[in-house]
Amino acid sequence: MAAITVRGLAKHYGELRAVDGIDLTVEEGEVFALLGPNGAGKTTSVEIMEGHRIRTRGQVDVLGFDPATGGRPYRERIGIVLQQTALERELKVEEAIHTYAAIYPRSRDVDEVIGIVGLEEKRTVRIKTLSGGQQRRLELALGIIGDPDLIFLDEPTTGFDPSARRQAWGLIDNLRSLGKTILLTTHYMDEAQHLADRVAVIARGRIVEEGTPHSIGGRHEGEATVRFSLGNTDPEELPEMARAGLDPTTEVITILTHTPTALLRTLTAWAIDRGIELDHLRVERPSLEDVYLRLTKDSEDG
Amino acid sequence: MGRDLRLVYQQIKYQNKIFWRTPVAAFFTLIFPLMFLVLFAALFGNDEIEALGVTTAQFYAPALAVFGAASATYTNLCTATSIARDEGILKRVRGTPLPPWIYIAGRVGSAIWMATLAVTLMMSVGIAFYGVEIVGRTFVAAVVSFLVGAAVFAALGLFVASLIPNGDTAPAVTNATLLPIAFVSDVFIPVEDPPVWLETLGNIFPLKHFVAAFGDAFHPALTGSGWSWSGVEFSELTGTGEYAIGLHIAVMAVWGVAAAFLATRYFKWEPQADRRAGRRRRKTQAQTSDS
Ligand SMILES: Nc1ncnc2c1ncn2[C@@H]1O[C@H](COP(=O)(O)OP(=O)(O)OP(=O)(O)O)[C@@H](O)[C@H]1O
Ligand SMILES: [Mg+2]
Repeated sequence: MAAITVRGLAKHYGELRAVDGIDLTVEEGEVFALLGPNGAGKTTSVEIMEGHRIRTRGQVDVLGFDPATGGRPYRERIGIVLQQTALERELKVEEAIHTYAAIYPRSRDVDEVIGIVGLEEKRTVRIKTLSGGQQRRLELALGIIGDPDLIFLDEPTTGFDPSARRQAWGLIDNLRSLGKTILLTTHYMDEAQHLADRVAVIARGRIVEEGTPHSIGGRHEGEATVRFSLGNTDPEELPEMARAGLDPTTEVITILTHTPTALLRTLTAWAIDRGIELDHLRVERPSLEDVYLRLTKDSEDG
Repeated sequence: MGRDLRLVYQQIKYQNKIFWRTPVAAFFTLIFPLMFLVLFAALFGNDEIEALGVTTAQFYAPALAVFGAASATYTNLCTATSIARDEGILKRVRGTPLPPWIYIAGRVGSAIWMATLAVTLMMSVGIAFYGVEIVGRTFVAAVVSFLVGAAVFAALGLFVASLIPNGDTAPAVTNATLLPIAFVSDVFIPVEDPPVWLETLGNIFPLKHFVAAFGDAFHPALTGSGWSWSGVEFSELTGTGEYAIGLHIAVMAVWGVAAAFLATRYFKWEPQADRRAGRRRRKTQAQTSDS
């Protein structure tokens, strides 16, 4: 069953079409990532689904509710981490979490949640003394304290150090294994790659591509890139297929191919015959970032 | 419902905690009015003021207590709520299942609690150090007047919060309204024979009625226990008058109901920066849209 169904969603601010006709389905238990440049309409779309903004047009169904009218029963089943951090500065970490826990009919254990977001050592300090990344982690704690079925995470890990990000990924993987549905936005491609079952790239208020992180934009079908460095080899000695791919300044050879296996066999046979070690030999598929950049090329600052 | 009441209680405690951790607010609400009492008693002496029939402190303690109550509800509530909105805290609360009325009840309840403390502190200092007397006969009417007044000024505070764009303007707007009105409402100076227009001005606004309904309860020479429509002002000639809160409560209630109605209509939960950006865009492009 679909947790989120969005059809023809639009939000206009005057002439500006912040969201311009979006269709989206997120299945129950799925982790879905929205990618897109600044101003693409991610936050606007997500906040409409959260019930924070009123849509101009379109249908939105989340967990069987219309978010605009879902009210308390709806909000008891969702968790929200807004893009903008908003915390009561004078409260202590645990006070904030306790207060939020009381709002929900079935909340998670406060100590457990503090542990999950790694704020054990900060539980009795004032929120205003937390670092930016720690405040973000507290936001994450408040987003999951009500044990929601569906969690909206708008750039949840922005400002996290690499290890905190890994920890947050662990947390999200854990939520997934509990069967929760997660809609997240991110500017980190590795995050989408690691976490998302499916991603959608949104630009200028429209979805330009959608699929699994592995296959989006024809990633898995496109040409592979084989690269190696020239090293001490005389360019004249290079096999036919490699000579055209030589960049004279960087001395790196780049070959595009649909059959990397066969190409490698020829290439390595040639090298072994001459006793040459191919420096930095790599086979690459276009990364999610390559695909993302191609898809959003024309819509910088959409 | 039981759960909701528990949530209200919990929200009040939560707001109280934040209040105590904001020393500026605590100082202006609790200590500042006391400084006026000390100052006035020192300046004017604490003898009986003949025109009023009571001592300086007997007159000023309840008037300044009301002023403290008004700043706890009107000024503080408006400022704190507007700042919380700027910081996105109201928006964040809106995204939880906490019913909006419970959140507002928490803020209002906390403001009224602080007003109670301000009044209690002021009257206690008056009794302990300045010989202020409590009149038992009028005590209940005084408490009722206080509760009505505090609730009305809380509604006014939320009404102003629903109009102003951000927290920076809140202290300016609330002080620029409360202070001048305090001068025509017998808070700082008991005006004898004021020009008619000043008196009318004072009668229109709720503060003077708050001061009268609460303050006259501490006038030993007045008769009655307050439960009638309109009383008789103390007269130097007869040496007496009558205490009544009916009319005062009615004027305050009109203000309170109007303010509460408008506040529920216009109150906003999102930080206003985005809205203004949206409005500007709408204006320049002459297009309509919701927000
Ligand atoms: N309240 C508003 N009023 C007017 N315009 C708005 C409002 N909110 C958003 N917009 C505009 O809508 C567009 C989409 O904004 P949105 O915040 O959804 O982008 P985003 O994809 O979340 O970007 P980012 O990655 O920077 O967070 C932007 O051009 C923005 O200026
Ligand atoms: Mg955004």
